[in-house]
Amino acid sequence: MHEPSTLFEKIWSRHAILDREDGTTLLSIDRHLCHEGSFHAFDKLKAQGRKVRRPDLTVAIADHYVSTDAPEIGNQDPSRREVIERLTANAAEMDVRLYGVGAPEQGIVHVVGPEQGITLPGLLLVCGDSHTATHGALGCLAFGIGASEVAHVLATQTLWQKKPKTLRVTIDGPLGFGVSAKDLILHLISVIGANGATGHMIEYAGSTIRDMSVEGRMTVCNMSIEAGGRAGLIAPDEKTFAYLKDRRYAPKGGDWERAVADWRSLATDPGARFDRDVSIQAGDIAPSLTWGTSPEEAMAITGRIPDPAREADPSRRVALETTLAYMGLTPGTALTDVPVDRVFIGSCTNARIEDLRAAAAVAKGRAAKVTAIVVPGSTPIKLQAEAEGLDRIFIEAGFEWRATGCSMCVGMNGDLTPAGKRCASTSNRNFKGRQGPGSRTHLMSPAMAAAAAVTGRLADVRDLLGKS
Amino acid sequence: MEPFRKLDAAAAALPVENIDTDQIIPARFMRAQRSTDHGQFLFHDMRRGPDGELRADFPLNQPDLARAGILIADTNFGCGSSREAAVYALSDAGIRCVIAPSFGDIFYSNATKNGLLPIVLDRETVRAVWRTLEVANSARIEVDLDAQTVHLPDGTTHRFDIDPFKKRCLLEGLDDIDLTLQHSEEILAREQAEAAVRPWAGTIG
Ligand code: SF4
Repeated sequence: MHEPSTLFEKIWSRHAILDREDGTTLLSIDRHLCHEGSFHAFDKLKAQGRKVRRPDLTVAIADHYVSTDAPEIGNQDPSRREVIERLTANAAEMDVRLYGVGAPEQGIVHVVGPEQGITLPGLLLVCGDSHTATHGALGCLAFGIGASEVAHVLATQTLWQKKPKTLRVTIDGPLGFGVSAKDLILHLISVIGANGATGHMIEYAGSTIRDMSVEGRMTVCNMSIEAGGRAGLIAPDEKTFAYLKDRRYAPKGGDWERAVADWRSLATDPGARFDRDVSIQAGDIAPSLTWGTSPEEAMAITGRIPDPAREADPSRRVALETTLAYMGLTPGTALTDVPVDRVFIGSCTNARIEDLRAAAAVAKGRAAKVTAIVVPGSTPIKLQAEAEGLDRIFIEAGFEWRATGCSMCVGMNGDLTPAGKRCASTSNRNFKGRQGPGSRTHLMSPAMAAAAAVTGRLADVRDLLGKS
Repeated sequence: MEPFRKLDAAAAALPVENIDTDQIIPARFMRAQRSTDHGQFLFHDMRRGPDGELRADFPLNQPDLARAGILIADTNFGCGSSREAAVYALSDAGIRCVIAPSFGDIFYSNATKNGLLPIVLDRETVRAVWRTLEVANSARIEVDLDAQTVHLPDGTTHRFDIDPFKKRCLLEGLDDIDLTLQHSEEILAREQAEAAVRPWAGTIG
């Protein structure tokens, strides 16, 4: 009889090539996703005269620098086009599969992987991007790495890692009316803190997760890093298999049957030990959003801006005053009284088809009061949304319907929130300046962002749902 | 990379929690290639006012701290984006060591691969250093990686932990790709064994 082990330990031990006595393990990598930012790693590789060891397991995707309103390569701003073309050139030189600008598969790296069936349960996937944890929603161990590690993976298809600690987050019960996966993860981060999971791999478990769609699970796993977590994992189940079946690169025929049988064995065994356990009741979660400049500064939409005068610790009081000054917020203000200037629906957190449907359900028959852009997570999602008529709903409500890319999640592709302007955003980071210098970001779900667009302020989506 | 053995340098305090890598280097500067001096981007938007002028109240803008080699930061330093350019910005600005109560995991790893030593000390000790720095603005700190000690301006010496392999790479300035390739046979053997059991894992398509 084996010791009961966790999902994480099962995947980890499958990939362990050797253990060094200092407690570091050489792990074999199954999938490596690159994007424009990987140029540092390619440069390093070339400077050392090395080649990519497994170009067949490496996929390069253009997303961070791509313009969403003029997506053709010839229309890109020259300095950004140059970065995109570095990726194209590196992929060609190293014989790596490329989904570049204009490719039918192109989209945000963490949306494309699962969508194409590149991401599979039980695999070990890495990418030079901290939101790589997204892929954990399919039971794939996935984490973000820096440029030196990207170079190491390109050259060796392996990575040295110290085994992280494990944290199980159990969420039970049904989510309330108007409450989504995004509200759940924002709530969790506000409970455990922005470094609450540092050094840990998170497994999300419980009935709420079991009942959640695979797309919602991706939203949850995506933001693991916002709690400091190395990775987020969810045991693959029937929903996972249904999601993956017939995806382009999912196993086919007899391999599919064998793969599913293998994937069923991955779940955490009863009695397996975690270093830490946290429990959350889904019924305690309301539609939530961030009010500050760290993802942990989140609360229910029914709340009020906190008052620094009530903060006992002097250094924290100063920090809170600084945050509120940056955000242009007055203590005690009801969140629903805060006007917004911009709305962004997109990013690897919330730009899958379900997200667009949820936002469209709120936008339908209403009119945006502020500039609002909708950026699908990939070109296939854009086409599906158009086939469902979602683009018409958004356009008729005065939202802009864009081509895919990272867009306003990260201020590096031309989509920006101007200084001092307030953006209701479905992305994952409300850091100072993340959406452009001086931008003020409130993170929330797609439905809440659509509610902000049609009311012109932070709004409780429950007041709009079911009415139009 | 440049080996790291001992450092005796001026220290600057940055007592702000959760300094993310977007603060260390804003995304718009990330298209720069490594040969560009990334020091000019370090804390770009934190150290400048709305019109781009350097803020007198930002520690590294003070003349006697501009040459600081050690940064004394707060909890969760380097959280957020995996951008290694955050480490390039610190290094190019002359920072060789960051001391904080905790770090973002990816930042920590990136730092050790670029000759920048991240040291975790408990928050009380870190706060004590901030207080010392308030009075003596450019106090020096001595770091000895081999001995794993930090000697603070108040005369106290503290031990810090570091994983032995990271320590060795830093001390010797080693590139771990060469070390890994010494295990090529084991890597290949594992790939072949896995391909036999789970063919879908070792191929896309
Ligand atoms: S959408 Fe945002 S978080 Fe996701 S990969 Fe792009 S920049 Fe990173």
